[in-house]
Amino acid sequence: MLGRVRTRWRPAMLTIAALAGSVAVVACGGPGSSSSETSSSTQSSTTASAQAPTCGTEPVTLRAYFETGFPLAGALAEEFSKQFPNVEWDIREDQFAVLTQNAPRVLADDPPDLMRLPQVSELVKDGLLKNLDGYAKAFGWDQWPASQLSQMRLGEGGRPRGEGSLYAMGLNFSMTGIFYNKELAEKIGMTEPPQTLAELDELLAKAKAAGIVPIQQFNGGATGGLAFPLQNLMAAYGPPGPINDWIFQKPGATIDTPTNLKAAEHLAEWIEKGYFVKDANAIDYAKMMSRFIDGEGLLIFDGDWESGTLDKQMPGKAGFFLMPPAEEGGARAAMSAPLTYGIAERAENADCAAFFLNWVATDETARRITVEVGGSHPMGPADAYMPPVKEGSVTAATLAAGATIAEDNGAMDFIANATGSIYAKGWTPNLQKMVAGEQTPKGLLETVQRQYESELED
Amino acid sequence: MAGSVRDAIVDLTEARPEASARRRARSARRSAGLRTPAWVGWLFVAPALLVYLVFVLRPLVATFEYSLYRWNGIGPSTWVGLDNYREVFTDPELLKTITNAFELIVFFSVIPVLLGLAIASVIRRIATSRLALVGRTVLFLPQVIPLVAAGIAWSWMLADDGFVNQVLRWVGLDGAARAWLGDFSTALPAVGAIGAWVLLGLVTLLLLSGMSKIDPVLYEAARMDGAGPLREFFHVTLPSLRQEIGVCVTVTVIAALASFDIVYVSTQGGPGNATMVPGLEIYYQAFSERRIGVASALAVVLMVLVLAFVLPIQWLTRRGER
Repeated sequence: MLGRVRTRWRPAMLTIAALAGSVAVVACGGPGSSSSETSSSTQSSTTASAQAPTCGTEPVTLRAYFETGFPLAGALAEEFSKQFPNVEWDIREDQFAVLTQNAPRVLADDPPDLMRLPQVSELVKDGLLKNLDGYAKAFGWDQWPASQLSQMRLGEGGRPRGEGSLYAMGLNFSMTGIFYNKELAEKIGMTEPPQTLAELDELLAKAKAAGIVPIQQFNGGATGGLAFPLQNLMAAYGPPGPINDWIFQKPGATIDTPTNLKAAEHLAEWIEKGYFVKDANAIDYAKMMSRFIDGEGLLIFDGDWESGTLDKQMPGKAGFFLMPPAEEGGARAAMSAPLTYGIAERAENADCAAFFLNWVATDETARRITVEVGGSHPMGPADAYMPPVKEGSVTAATLAAGATIAEDNGAMDFIANATGSIYAKGWTPNLQKMVAGEQTPKGLLETVQRQYESELED
Repeated sequence: MAGSVRDAIVDLTEARPEASARRRARSARRSAGLRTPAWVGWLFVAPALLVYLVFVLRPLVATFEYSLYRWNGIGPSTWVGLDNYREVFTDPELLKTITNAFELIVFFSVIPVLLGLAIASVIRRIATSRLALVGRTVLFLPQVIPLVAAGIAWSWMLADDGFVNQVLRWVGLDGAARAWLGDFSTALPAVGAIGAWVLLGLVTLLLLSGMSKIDPVLYEAARMDGAGPLREFFHVTLPSLRQEIGVCVTVTVIAALASFDIVYVSTQGGPGNATMVPGLEIYYQAFSERRIGVASALAVVLMVLVLAFVLPIQWLTRRGER
């Protein structure tokens, strides 16, 4: 028995010795790139030449990393190769959550020429994205409406957002609001979209009384879909400026404001009155979409990336309106964000990728594809070509809403994009608690603000 | 692992034929100054050891190293000493993941082992009938189905309009029907139930195979002494199964403490962190929040926790054998 113990003992000691040895070795220098390497790449980002670059005539293979489930990028890539036959694509696709987790590592180790990006602050801070100021100048992107690019502008070191150098581009910019089921709306006597918040409340009450689920909204698992109606309510009660400041991490910004509290209280009232589907905390985005398309539920708070799908899956039966303001005739606001793509700092064919991004915004066929496949408004100059859309379609409604928001200067980024994990650690758990009656409106805003501040400190 | 490899070498030498021939050969070699040095043995172990070093020890050491830094996985890192560990033990959110894991032990370990013992003894009694075969197969099926598929199927069954609620409403228990995975009070037990379902088959099969090697003479003797089925179970079956139970408890406790897949597929830790477990939190901290240091510290704590549970279990169940 003793012998057996002994034979086991020696390798164990060896293992411990090996472990200790390796710790001693690695303890000399911390993990990660040396600071000099990182800082140099942030500072001297190769800003492209002022000459508008092209893809040339030599064969080029653009390496791209796209998002699964959204066919727009692929469709544009295909058309691009048709027009520029020397360009081939090597496309890899993943779900957005996977993309988010992979982004830093992929951009650092295996940099693609073009990549769908999550929140970019951290990536810019780590010097992983190419500064696009040179391209913006060469292609004239700086002549476009400034609001289109502001969300992708970042200050030195990634903060604050909303101003500074351009680090990404959109394939289009999306618009959020409220989709409704026209048949159910007719049943409860809705002839035109509500013009004030009070009218929206009335509509919800009518639906509830008629036994129709007023709002089908996802809020289950790792998703806090009630952030959509919450932010809409925030913009109904107050101006979008301070909300944007908070999202862009302007110094001293807070989400815990009197008007936002009113909005959160209004949301709590909706929850209390049973306006949200009762298993909201158990349904995910896909489930919400399939239920809405099946006619279960009057409203969903969602974005125009679904316009094309809804036009196809429930033709003529779906409508869209913007969140009504608290007072009649008040300004409208909506979450609106570019479908962000960036070029890796160490991309091999950065010029060609930038040329592609410019082509997407300016080529007529590309703009048509953007609207038809993507359902959202193309990027580009205000007077650029707009493809015709079918009268009465959801796509037509969301594009028109985009014009209203531009007029009212009401575009906001999404409160879930304020920091890297404000959605996962702040909004989602607390909105789920609120649905379960375990969080108060005041508590929601305070907790999220605390999380926000602790993340900024980090 | 290194231990068992060494044991194997010992066995090999012992199994060599003709000890005298060996001695002769050895002395011949010794005289020629060619004695097989001890490191030759290591040469044979080298490939396995190398794999072990690169894929087990190196990540282990790296995890411990990362846990001492504040690092986002890409940029420069800052030495913070034990700060990350302090956070693991003081942040109520991170602590809650550990208590959730303890709660899962009830579902992943206690229930499957108790139920498994009962089921295995019933199946043993009807071992020759076709029913026993069907029972074994049905119980083991969850082990064959990919967990992701099982998790999705269960989340459908536990949905508001799912099978479980349909049954409840059908028997008139409308009040009890709810979205099980979306309700703060039932989400963790619901996840636990999925785990119990998955592990019950494995446990039952392990216990059954243990029972099959119990000498039937023991049962016969017990019966002659007038023991009923219950006494038979407590005085013959249970003591003979000590080792199998040890294996079952070890495997299932590890499954509970280090759970990831079932939770990830069914709730992703929601609603509001009600089902967040250390495995999932480590993943979120490392890949979503990019706080490699905290994630690594939690991983080290989890490893120590698993060892703290498993080693006593091993010691208790092995003691009889020595």
